[in-house]
Amino acid sequence: MARVSIAVGLCKGCELCIPFCPHDSLTMSRHLNEHGLPTVYFKEDHPCSGCKYCAVMCPEAAIEIFK
Amino acid sequence: MQALYSAPETLIRTPSHYCPGCGHGIAHRLLAEIIDELGIRGKTIGLAPVGCSVLAYNYLDIDMCEAAHGRPPAIATGIKRVHPDNIVFTYQGDGDLAAIGMAEIVHAASRAENITVIFINNAIYGMTNGQLAPTTLLNQRTTTTPEGRDPLTHGYPIRICELLATLEGASFLARTSLSSPKDVSQTKEALKKGFKTQIEKKGFSLIEVLSPCPVYWRMSPVESLKFIEEKMTQTFPLGVFKDWEKTVSAPGGQATKV
Ligand SMILES: Cc1ncc(C[n+]2csc(CCOP(=O)(O)OP(=O)(O)O)c2C)c(N)n1
Ligand code: SF4
Ligand code: SF4
Ligand code: SF4
Ligand SMILES: [Mg+2]
Repeated sequence: MARVSIAVGLCKGCELCIPFCPHDSLTMSRHLNEHGLPTVYFKEDHPCSGCKYCAVMCPEAAIEIFK
Repeated sequence: MQALYSAPETLIRTPSHYCPGCGHGIAHRLLAEIIDELGIRGKTIGLAPVGCSVLAYNYLDIDMCEAAHGRPPAIATGIKRVHPDNIVFTYQGDGDLAAIGMAEIVHAASRAENITVIFINNAIYGMTNGQLAPTTLLNQRTTTTPEGRDPLTHGYPIRICELLATLEGASFLARTSLSSPKDVSQTKEALKKGFKTQIEKKGFSLIEVLSPCPVYWRMSPVESLKFIEEKMTQTFPLGVFKDWEKTVSAPGGQATKV
């Protein structure tokens, strides 16, 4: 099982990573980052297959994936 | 823990000036991944355009030079001819390449300059607040075509790949999109092929990337991807229009899927 790490300071909350996750494991957070921008978070209780779709779509290179 | 994906070393990971969901960020990351994978970071020289990606050099840890609006192919020509062992690419928007820079790109291709061109087609002038570009779709609303692009007044969209495919000097021409993980991966493959074309001294390569500008398309980033898939690819079909390794070289371009 893989897991995703999101650099909150780089995320702009564009949501491009969300619809492509086959496990619905990413969602918007209610927290704003230090730039006042909305951000996404990885739902720790959801699976992650490490498919990288989210990282491939991220315009900010905010997503890294670990196994 | 083992990293399955980490950001490329060539990418400077700092908050960018791009709007949320802008395709430039995806294209920059792909470029950085390719430069890492080909191991050419120390000898790659990039040309930044005028447009939203005017600051591209803030995000790529390589030598870069700024060109006047539309002129990156001319500067790249000079740099490549003086430093033939360096890898030289231009990164240009559709206003930069297909409007003010049309002469430079056509002649660089016709001279078979051994450079790689990354052409970000977002069908709009992003930087200057969303005016009509030569690539704006028919009926598309922009700040200068508030009722939509009308061909009788504003002309028709220009298809750069098809246009350049008529030139003998162009060796690799492809159009890809950033609208899904699969398309982004295909864009990366096409960009890599462009660099390979130059490394193997096969001449001029250009990769046209259909890229979202959610802000001036006035839609959400996710809706922008749908717009590319459903609308933009109707006017700009994806495919390889010229490939020195294969026999895809029909002038005017019978598009073949990448
Ligand atoms: C000589 C000159 N003419 C006009 C401009 C104004 N200008 C700046 S960016 C731009 C168009 C940018 O559009 P595009 O190349 O599509 O890039 P995008 O911002 O969409 O990525 C224009 C017309 C300029 N900076 N210099
Ligand atoms: S790597 Fe795949 S499964 Fe894991 S969060 Fe990203 S999109 Fe979802
Ligand atoms: S794609 Fe990247 S920037 Fe956009 S919401 Fe997801 S993590 Fe944030
Ligand atoms: S205006 Fe468009 S092209 Fe420019 S940064 Fe914003 S989304 Fe990107
Ligand atoms: Mg543009």
